[in-house]
Amino acid sequence: MNAEQILSQFRANGVQTCFHGRHINPQIYADLNGGNWSLKDYVARGGYQALRKVLGKDGAEPAGDPPVVGMTQDQVIATLKESALRGRGGAGFPTGLKWSFMPRQFPGQKYLVCNSDEGEPGTCKDRDILMYNPHIVIEGMAIAAFAMGISVGYNYIHGEIFEAYDRFEAALEEARAAGLLGDNILDSGFSFQLHAFHGFGAYICGEETALLESLEGKKGQPRFKPPFPASFGLYGKPTTINNTETFAAVPWIIRNGGAAYLACGKPNNGGTKIFSVSGDVEMPGNYEVPMGTPFSKLLELAGGVRKGRTLKAVIPGGSSAPVLPASIMMDCTMDYDSIAKAGSMLGSGAVIVMDDSRCMVESLKRLSYFYMHESCGQCTPCREGTGWLWRMVSRIDEGEGRPADMALLDNVAENIMGRTICALGDAAAMPVRAMIKHFRHEFEAKIASANAPAA
Amino acid sequence: MSTGQAVAAVEFSSTTQQRFAREVAKYPADQAQSAVMACLSIIQQEMGFVSTGAEASLAAYLGMEPIAVHEVTTFYNMYNQQPVGKFKLNVCTNLPCQLRDGQSALHHLEHKLGITMGGTTADGLFTLQQSECLGACADSPVMLVNDRHMCSFMSNDKLDQLIDGLRASEGQS
Repeated sequence: MNAEQILSQFRANGVQTCFHGRHINPQIYADLNGGNWSLKDYVARGGYQALRKVLGKDGAEPAGDPPVVGMTQDQVIATLKESALRGRGGAGFPTGLKWSFMPRQFPGQKYLVCNSDEGEPGTCKDRDILMYNPHIVIEGMAIAAFAMGISVGYNYIHGEIFEAYDRFEAALEEARAAGLLGDNILDSGFSFQLHAFHGFGAYICGEETALLESLEGKKGQPRFKPPFPASFGLYGKPTTINNTETFAAVPWIIRNGGAAYLACGKPNNGGTKIFSVSGDVEMPGNYEVPMGTPFSKLLELAGGVRKGRTLKAVIPGGSSAPVLPASIMMDCTMDYDSIAKAGSMLGSGAVIVMDDSRCMVESLKRLSYFYMHESCGQCTPCREGTGWLWRMVSRIDEGEGRPADMALLDNVAENIMGRTICALGDAAAMPVRAMIKHFRHEFEAKIASANAPAA
Repeated sequence: MSTGQAVAAVEFSSTTQQRFAREVAKYPADQAQSAVMACLSIIQQEMGFVSTGAEASLAAYLGMEPIAVHEVTTFYNMYNQQPVGKFKLNVCTNLPCQLRDGQSALHHLEHKLGITMGGTTADGLFTLQQSECLGACADSPVMLVNDRHMCSFMSNDKLDQLIDGLRASEGQS
């Protein structure tokens, strides 16, 4: 066997993470098996019906007064607003509202960007969408482009999932050949050119303005906001950026209506959400469930805490989200509002589960190393502060902590927050403060034993 | 870049230039620089690493300053600024992977290959690196081979099969 053949033996096939049949009323992951990602299979599942509906190419009679074929831009945006779809990348910003910020009448070039730079530790949902259902993203982007009067788009894909980049490129070729992308789509007069771009190893490029810099062929250092991308985005032009899963939700919403999508979730938290469950569970993987599903149910879908251990803590929204102890987490439902009320963030939906054998100091040490490593170096509080945090947590973990370290840790974290151009500084500080808040005794015990008088 | 020595230009083959052209075509005519990341990864795939000479030649191709290309090579983690082994192994050890044996997978490879992380085997076959989140957290232990091949659920047995298999494919079993 040659090297390629050997490597292919270890390639994931999605069975454990996506085709396990343990989703609840899935929309994005529905009916996937790994072999049905291509255009003909997507169309057989009802794919591109939403785009046809929007463009008036689904055979429906003109409706309304005055009679309209298809949907207007305002109707598409109103439907998105009604759906209460909120951005799936982490911030949870209402998608319809974001789309309404785009100056549609701006006469120059405008851009649409998909953020598939999925690097928030714990998150692996967009990879399975791009690998096993890439056309749902293309269709969602084409509808978004129509709604905002945009003619060119890019999908920025995490460089580490190169196979997903290749897969998306293949899907783009299929869509172009079928007249679903490119000039005069389905003979509607609407044109949309869509291309794939790959990163090459920089967590910061998941931040939308760093992503734009990277897409322009530069270092991925975030821009100061304002101006926001809606007025000054890619190449200085108006730009709308949404996460992969957000675009993937759009076709269902257009086919079934905003009210139906909202009804799938709970008020202010429409639809389904994909949760990437990792860490100490029996069956780590992606689980698509209605917004508002109890955390206890999600844990059960993932097979429960592994090896019969008990739940200690959960980081509910990716590594930047504050950790929550088991007792608080077991009372939460999985939606933006419930997790925020409990003192954390739903974020990207990455649920990192930790059992009762885990040392929180050691866990925080690894996270703090990550933020130090990925700080872009632009802002002093982040560049210097993330290294300072890591060095302090390291020495506490290694039995060399000092009595003053607890106050200093909190002080350094507090002085990073709100003092940087982008949210990476906050993302580094929040886990530190939450760990100290909920698991202070573990840090103090390590420091105390380090400073105990010799017997 | 700072040596002051003359940089030997690299000639790109016509096949490589065709791959470059396909990337450049995605962007507006005055924004060829947007293709720099894709072109650098193509160079790395074909040459194993990004030399200063390759940076200079790519800069000329895209109409950029060489330092602007070098900024990109040095900012993003996956570009090799020096030659690496024939197989570059990146093992994720970030927290979700640390909870599922990512760290022990890295240690297992260190032991099996007789090198420490960051090192290259004496036969030039393997370079072993720790990496940050690969975005495949539910597949842990997970590793990336030569930037483009993700290997999932890598138990120690599978790691052994992979290393032995790659050695055999190079006639060095």
